[in-house]
Amino acid sequence: MKRRPLALFLFLTLSLAAAFGQSGGELRFYLHSDPKTFDPLLVADDASETVRYLTGGVLVRVNRRTQQAEPELASSWTTSRDGRSITFNLREHIYYSDGTPFSAEDVAYTVQRLMDPALHSPTGDSFRSGASVVNTRVVSPTRIAITFPAPVAGLDKLFDQVAIVSSRSTNRERAVLGPFYVADYKPDSYVLLRRNPNYWRRDAAGRQLPYLDTVRLGVQPNRDIEMMNFRRGEIDLINWLDSEYFDRLAGVAPAVVHDAGPGLESEQMWFNQVANAPLPVHKREWFRSTNFRRAVSQAINRADLCRVVYGGHAQPAAGPFSPANKFWFNAKLRAPSYDPTGALRLLQQDGFRLEGALLHDREGHAVEFSIITNAGNKSRERMATMIQQDLGRIGISVHLVTLDFASLIERITESFSYEAALLGTANTELDPNGQMNLWLSSAENHQWNPRQKLPETAWEAEIDRLMKEQASSLEPAKRKACFDRVQEIVAEQQPFIYLVNKNALSAVATSVANASPVVLRPQTYWNIETLSLRIQTASRH
Amino acid sequence: MRKLVRHLAAMAAIVLAGGLLSATLVRLAPGFGTDEQQLDARLSPESVEALRQARARARDIPGFYLHYLGRSLRGDLGESRTLNRPVRQLLAERLPVTARLVGTGLLAGWLCAVLLAVGSTMARKPACDLFATLLAGLSLSVPAAVLALLFVFANAPACLALALVVFPRVFSYTRNLLAKSYGLPHLVTAYAKGVGPLRILVWHVLPVAGTQLLAVAGISVSIALGAAIPVEALCGIPGIGQLAWQAALGRDLPLLVNLTVLVTVITLAANWGAELAGQDLGTREA
Amino acid sequence: MKRMRQFAWLFLALVLLASLGAGFWAPADYAMQFRETPNSAPSRVHLLGTDELGRDRFSRVLYGTRVSLLMAPAAALLATFLAALVGGVAGYLGGWWERAAMAVTDLFLSMPWLFLLLAVRAMLPLNVSPITSIAVTFLLLGLLGWAAAARVLCAGARDLRDSDFVLQARACGLRGPRLLAIHVIPNLKPVLAAQFWISIPVFIISEANLGILGLGVAEPLPSWGSLLRELESFASFGFEACKLVPLVLLVLVVSSFQIIIARDEVYA
Repeated sequence: MKRRPLALFLFLTLSLAAAFGQSGGELRFYLHSDPKTFDPLLVADDASETVRYLTGGVLVRVNRRTQQAEPELASSWTTSRDGRSITFNLREHIYYSDGTPFSAEDVAYTVQRLMDPALHSPTGDSFRSGASVVNTRVVSPTRIAITFPAPVAGLDKLFDQVAIVSSRSTNRERAVLGPFYVADYKPDSYVLLRRNPNYWRRDAAGRQLPYLDTVRLGVQPNRDIEMMNFRRGEIDLINWLDSEYFDRLAGVAPAVVHDAGPGLESEQMWFNQVANAPLPVHKREWFRSTNFRRAVSQAINRADLCRVVYGGHAQPAAGPFSPANKFWFNAKLRAPSYDPTGALRLLQQDGFRLEGALLHDREGHAVEFSIITNAGNKSRERMATMIQQDLGRIGISVHLVTLDFASLIERITESFSYEAALLGTANTELDPNGQMNLWLSSAENHQWNPRQKLPETAWEAEIDRLMKEQASSLEPAKRKACFDRVQEIVAEQQPFIYLVNKNALSAVATSVANASPVVLRPQTYWNIETLSLRIQTASRH
Repeated sequence: MRKLVRHLAAMAAIVLAGGLLSATLVRLAPGFGTDEQQLDARLSPESVEALRQARARARDIPGFYLHYLGRSLRGDLGESRTLNRPVRQLLAERLPVTARLVGTGLLAGWLCAVLLAVGSTMARKPACDLFATLLAGLSLSVPAAVLALLFVFANAPACLALALVVFPRVFSYTRNLLAKSYGLPHLVTAYAKGVGPLRILVWHVLPVAGTQLLAVAGISVSIALGAAIPVEALCGIPGIGQLAWQAALGRDLPLLVNLTVLVTVITLAANWGAELAGQDLGTREA
Repeated sequence: MKRMRQFAWLFLALVLLASLGAGFWAPADYAMQFRETPNSAPSRVHLLGTDELGRDRFSRVLYGTRVSLLMAPAAALLATFLAALVGGVAGYLGGWWERAAMAVTDLFLSMPWLFLLLAVRAMLPLNVSPITSIAVTFLLLGLLGWAAAARVLCAGARDLRDSDFVLQARACGLRGPRLLAIHVIPNLKPVLAAQFWISIPVFIISEANLGILGLGVAEPLPSWGSLLRELESFASFGFEACKLVPLVLLVLVVSSFQIIIARDEVYA
């Protein structure tokens, strides 16, 4: 008789615990390198960005699911008509993890530090719109106005990347406003994050978040070992999963893998169009010919790349943005279809002709070139091998060269001693303004022909004009029209031959509750404060 | 004493030359002075230029090296460009890891090799010899990188991979050396006079084979250190090998120079220690 | 043992013939991609299945064996020659020469050779053929692989220098290069020969290690190193038997070399 109440009590307790999700516990996953810095304003690598996301408090948070800006530390904000100024109303009674109070002074301090030109912060450079200083005016402890020298497009969403540091705390790196703080760090081993006892956010039932006690970020550069340890139950999630591993894991444990659909990342190749590159004259002419680039693009079987290299977990790419970028993607664009015959016709217009199995230009040079890509990236190496075969079918001979990353960067940014390159883009921002340094012909990252004094082609001049126009406008519709046209020009001219948009693949153990992987980074732990661990024994996958 | 001083002076000269050579290699290698961050589309032209300038300071190799030597005398080994941490701290954290890995691997490799070589020589049976040969051949045939992956899969210690790299080389050499020594006239006499096999091994064979074995001992340290790079890189072990691989990929000049100096010191110490011990053994024999 | 050595020779000869006749034996070109059947299991059409790009694995093993088996002996010859030059001569001369040569050898052993390989690879012109790039890789391995053997050869030459018969030859008036050529080098021949034979599998393995690290031969040309890269993922998902074939072949070939090496030869 006495056992029944006890059993009932246990049953109710467990049920309630299951209903609310298990609170407490430690979430474990890996970083692929040591964080280079714990200063949130200097973050430039993935590992540091992970720590910043988990510890930093931001004024505005871009909801990774809806891609909309949502209030975070700022309860509301207004942007001026001219797009130069933004005023934030801050939440009250918020404290850093070390107990120091949060106020507008901290925001002012952070912005001033971020915009210091001597800091060379990538986050700060995203805001840079002119040479003059940024003005911060503390209206009250809970209200601040920030004024930039020139309009900044998409200003509010940029604050998603700015973790507010304390102006008063003695240990600024450890005093945070996010759900966790750095409790321990052992180089080459782990970063231990502990629950912020002063975190301001609460769930619908009024319970303070986060649910988890700690997050352990192990340091493991080897993806095979990461996969092995995930299967052994030693870690709880893999944020970015390779398609090969996805399929194998899906075969043994389908419940743990997630394909969120096309991500923001793309793979593309381009030809060297730099005027003074050390290339033979005839090759430079080929690469500068729109017909040549379009022909190469048409000769590549993108469907095969998606199917064979990515196991179907990718889509042929139409342009610089994927459909995952809901607002900015130009839905009218289609990926170039695979058409070797059409490709040959285009080449013939430029005087190329097939002699036997080899293509020759009008001067009789056999068409051959090299493609460089980074060694160690299996997917890229495979894509390049498939492209080599595809182009071989229209008589183009391709040499593949895999280089270590430093040598590759040197060739494509300094010496320009390359012919074609195959790399990828990890778009972390939705707004095309974040790609100004890619599209402006005078910019450093205008990969095919950077640092032009004046645009060398009419279409590049047009892209320059459109990008500047969208940057100075505040009307979303007008900005979209400009960038849609940029995407159309890119599709016509093919300076970048976009190949595939990879799907956002991840793995999350079934013990993790409330996980809902999305395409925006960080795919799996974007809602870290509401993740919890279910009561179950460790399981192998 | 004079000999020791001469050895140390020569060692210092070689170490200095090694550091300078390594620095020159890194400086001349393609990709020196570049930074992955240059590809970050968010960076302004001024920030990219600042990145270039930061790296440009190291382009003057003699200047860098003299500056490095001056600082190192004060215990400051510079800062790693790829990991943004003091080199001294990195070495202090990672050296014990590699020392344990290489030390255990060498010990295990040598132990197996010597025991197997002694066993097969003393047994004098073709079957034993064949078995030992095949075992050595098998371990020599599998690349260190594959061995490392095998041990990761089996959740076995990575030092076994290093042991299997060292073992076949030491075994083959030791076995042949022992076989040659057993054929010497004075040993035949000792056998004939009824001296026990263990006594023959310890008092007559090992001292003869000793000098040449010690030469191999020194080299096996270099072999083990060389194999540590793929083993650590593939197994994700945070040792000197993995650091060297990361430094090579990142053209991290301060780190590579320091690592070269460190490896040179270890290699020289191992080889010369072996040489001195060998000479001492030779003197005692005489 | 004699029987085993004969089998080893036979096996090596068969492997070499098979690889030289790859163009005849291989059911498909090593670069041909059967894109409808990537990662397929062994079948009548594809004896060892296909790789991740649908290329016939059996064909790639045949062609890859050719690359590795032809290049490694060339590199071994180069390394042995350099080891003899530096180590043998230094040991014979003794004194300052020996100390200086061994110091250079130790310096060589300490250099970051992997970095050197990385750098030289990056410096190669982009439009060289894959066969040229693999030749350069093995050439570098040969140029870098002499140091370990040089020390041992030096010890051997030193012993010979102090031996009775050399002393006698000196007493008879033989000096310098003649003494080296007539009495020292011939007596080092067993060591040199053994060194040559053992270097072949060492260089094959080195190329395999480089391939796994991503520094191997350029696509689509296969080599044992590039074929062994398929094993990278077995740590996470276990073995697939057909992917082990290059490893098994490598082990058998290297073991055959081991058996062939004469028992009474001293080597490192």
